[in-house]
Amino acid sequence: MATVKEGLYYSESHEYVKVEGNIGYIGITDYAQHALGNVVYVDLPDVDDEVTAGEEFGAVESVKAASDIISPVSGTILEVNEALDDEPELLNKDPWENWIIKVELSDKGELDSLMDAKAYEAFCENA
Amino acid sequence: MKQTCLYDKHVALGALMSPFAGFDMPIQYTNITDEHQAVRTACGVFDVSHMGEVTVRGVDAERYVQHIFTNDVKDAPKGKIFYGMMCYEDGGTVDDLLVYKMGDGDFFLVINAANIDKDWAWMQEQAKGFNIDLQNRSNDYGQLAVQGPEAEQVVEQVLGLACKELEFYTVKTIGDVIVSRTGYTGEDGFEIYAGPNYINECWDKLIQSGRCKPCGLGCRDTLRFEVGLPLYGDELSQDISPIMAGLGIFVKLDKEEFVGKEALLKQKTEGVAKKLVGIELQDKAIPRHGYSVLNADGETVGEVTTGYHTISSDKSVCMALVDSSYAKLGTPLQVQIRKKVFAGEVVKKRFYDKHYKK
Repeated sequence: MATVKEGLYYSESHEYVKVEGNIGYIGITDYAQHALGNVVYVDLPDVDDEVTAGEEFGAVESVKAASDIISPVSGTILEVNEALDDEPELLNKDPWENWIIKVELSDKGELDSLMDAKAYEAFCENA
Repeated sequence: MKQTCLYDKHVALGALMSPFAGFDMPIQYTNITDEHQAVRTACGVFDVSHMGEVTVRGVDAERYVQHIFTNDVKDAPKGKIFYGMMCYEDGGTVDDLLVYKMGDGDFFLVINAANIDKDWAWMQEQAKGFNIDLQNRSNDYGQLAVQGPEAEQVVEQVLGLACKELEFYTVKTIGDVIVSRTGYTGEDGFEIYAGPNYINECWDKLIQSGRCKPCGLGCRDTLRFEVGLPLYGDELSQDISPIMAGLGIFVKLDKEEFVGKEALLKQKTEGVAKKLVGIELQDKAIPRHGYSVLNADGETVGEVTTGYHTISSDKSVCMALVDSSYAKLGTPLQVQIRKKVFAGEVVKKRFYDKHYKK
């Protein structure tokens, strides 16, 4: 059964944001990694790229298919989790610990339109 | 949506089900990588009951098969199996198929599930003037593919079907059951055709034995891709002839007559505008069906037909249909993957060696 983490913000396309001050850590949820199966490649963006809420910034690929990663928030990329280049399977092992990008949030108001853990859990149950 | 006779078994095993060729089919039971490796190293069983079966019988049966089929079945011994294509007059591919010679004037044709209706209509049309009994038996037969280096022992010991003496690409019947040494994985293996009750019985025995892993269509595709076997809809189509796909050895142009012969002969002698190639990328990014292939100058010169990060060799490779001037081994080509372009070069279409028992 997929786990959900308290205190994070969630999108309907199964990304999460962990917020610390003005910084957001964006990754894919446990539900997403289960649905994808073995992750074999992560297409990562570059540091300093701008991301926009609702727009894709990269892709996660399983053996069978590529899935876009949609940014739940807007901002500037401060850091990219380079470890995923060599070990994409880290997303299967622990999607919460292995965020994909670290972003400086440009509009914290966007967080209001995302789900909290409880709402996301219910969303997954009905999916 | 249609279901195979094993549908309930797949659901009970917790398979991820997905539509394929009008059937609700198992894509994977655990994960594609494990199932793929089971077939490469031990034994796996696939429900391929969605495949179509057509029988051709009668005094003109051989002449008819010769007419619709690119390979040459003339005077073949009973039990021999041929791979080849049915083509349109212009050389485009109707379907690729196996032709089993069950006896004199008696052929069993195995066609792709996605093409059953189209093939059946075309085959009936081509049958005019032939004294044959042509039957679409697709709904009567279930089919299992038992594949892998241990397949022979498993089929003999778990199913009790004597198959040791069957040579590669031959068939025999045991009662109403048809058993052939064929497959779509690049490994040794068998395909078993029978009615739904017997197929269910075999499936249960195989799964309960613990010696044969249930495998879904996901790894069926990665397995066939690695050894360079084409899939209709990707590497063959109405627009992709067997000559373009590099399958000329299955097109017997010295045969007296068959539909598409003239066009294919012309393609063979004058050359084709596009050819199917293998491309290996330097990066780990994965080329997928439909992605653009570019030359060194960044101009589009083709399209990816199938691509994977291969399980057996850990490389990002694809098959692609490209302008023939870029088909030579070693030619640098690039693949556009989302926003980026990745460098690679033309390689052989076989990314992993077949292990047939010949």
